[in-house]
Amino acid sequence: MPPGTVGMAPTRWNAMDDLFNFGPFFDNFDQILEGFWATVRLSAAAAVLSLIIGIVLVGFRVAPIPVLRNVGTVYVNILRNTPLTLILLMCSLGLNDILSLKFSNVSATSYYWWAVLGLSAYTGAFVCEALRSGINTVPLGQAEAARSIGLTFVQSLRMIILPQAFRAVIAPLGSIFIAMIKNTTVAAAASYAEIALIMKTLLDDPSFTSGAIPLFIGVAVGFMILTLPTGFFFGWLAKRMAVAR
Amino acid sequence: MSQEATVLFDAPGPRARARHRLLTAISAVLLLAVTVLLAWRFNDKGQFEAKLWNPFLKKDVWQHLILPGLWNTLKAALVASVLAIAFGIVFGLARLSDHRWVRVPAGIVVEFFRAIPLLILIFLVFFVPNKVSPVIAESPFGTFQRILVDNVFSIFGVEINAGVVTVPAFAAVVFGLVMYNGSVLAEVVRAGVNSIPRGQSEAAYSIGLRKNGVMRLVLLPQAVTVMMPAIVSQLVVLLKDTALGFIISYGELLQAGFKNVPPNFNNNLIQAGVVVGVIYIAINMSLSRVATWLEARSRRSRKTQAKTMGAGAGAPPPPGMAVTGQTTGDTGGII
Repeated sequence: MPPGTVGMAPTRWNAMDDLFNFGPFFDNFDQILEGFWATVRLSAAAAVLSLIIGIVLVGFRVAPIPVLRNVGTVYVNILRNTPLTLILLMCSLGLNDILSLKFSNVSATSYYWWAVLGLSAYTGAFVCEALRSGINTVPLGQAEAARSIGLTFVQSLRMIILPQAFRAVIAPLGSIFIAMIKNTTVAAAASYAEIALIMKTLLDDPSFTSGAIPLFIGVAVGFMILTLPTGFFFGWLAKRMAVAR
Repeated sequence: MSQEATVLFDAPGPRARARHRLLTAISAVLLLAVTVLLAWRFNDKGQFEAKLWNPFLKKDVWQHLILPGLWNTLKAALVASVLAIAFGIVFGLARLSDHRWVRVPAGIVVEFFRAIPLLILIFLVFFVPNKVSPVIAESPFGTFQRILVDNVFSIFGVEINAGVVTVPAFAAVVFGLVMYNGSVLAEVVRAGVNSIPRGQSEAAYSIGLRKNGVMRLVLLPQAVTVMMPAIVSQLVVLLKDTALGFIISYGELLQAGFKNVPPNFNNNLIQAGVVVGVIYIAINMSLSRVATWLEARSRRSRKTQAKTMGAGAGAPPPPGMAVTGQTTGDTGGII
């Protein structure tokens, strides 16, 4: 981008007015805030649901029952290797529209929950793998020691293994959740009106001319406001909770 | 069956084995029930009808729709991979520089592009030049813009017409992929070089090598082996993300298979999704297999003392999260 036009007085052109004019950005500020609010709602619901899916899946993957282990492995391999765009499109167009498996009669609500479910199903596979590697960081000796002092299965799980496993995966979980927040933009493909779709609609509008760069800056800053604190929080938590070995 | 003890379960005795057999039976029945319910729903909506599946047995559909789409996906992924690795090496090494004026700007670039969603980056290049260029064309920089586009950006297929710049979808997708994955790879490179034991560079300095030689002859060759699995698993992420081109109508596999096929064949969206999904899964799983193989190979080799970065480790955690002594585990690149 060319710098300001200091020293080019004769021209009527002014970079600040024409390219960095935040007027159109603030004219549509309500819509943009609404878009970010939709992003936040999607992220929050998907964070909770993906954690639940991840925990259930990791239960499957480490279970001593071969059927469940295979179900877990197949699920993780399929979901991790499919593009999120395809998963969200299959949810909205395939499952919601064609198979008419609807959450609600209001179509916007139904699409919202399918977007949440698709995003959580995808993120859950990554959460599962992170948790599983967390369990693998606990040395076998810890479990053997727990059994030898007479703790039952549930007791050793609750008091010895899971606390260590969870504390080891806080940092990877943090990066998965940050990626998840950024991935909410893909829901634009499934016609969920979050910030990326709002941005696309505004940019497609011919009357929205000089506000393109401010709009990008605004959206970028908005995402930084969402992701950076999340990163710092998880970083702080991981350092605080680190297992001393 | 896992008959030996794991950290979670002791080696099963006779009663535990009986219990496991019972639970196996119950879970198999539940799994079957879910499958039957889904199949029922499919049948109800007529999704098993041959006319919906048959198109994928025709040569024409593959020849004219799916394979060109697959080629576009692979083309974007290939170009973006090469450029992203170059970007990653340049910025990764820049972040390791001893000069603050190199290190800090490189850090800002890397952290910025990692904090912004890929889709927003793609939108930036696809929509914004189109909007901004007419304004610039009327400015003193109009001629400069025209010359720049004609001589430099035209190699990426960018066109300028009466002052309006049009960026092709291919260039936009590749730009987004390069900037995002390049930044992630820059972190991989930095972590890879940092993971080489300090004795290596100390020894290299002590035999009289300069900074350049230490990096080029001693640290980088070892770092490449160490970070190879992480790079390959990031390339899986990159390949998957080419599907974002769908949103700006780049004719890649998802666009070809999921948008162009169904309208011609009774709206067979589910069937198209399944076929396209299988293609993606096949490609990505073979790439992941390569990553696992590379990891196993460099774990076996005794050429370096540095710890191999796991295939799943991907890049180190995002901004503000650099925690030492944490296993990142098999999370499969930064999604």
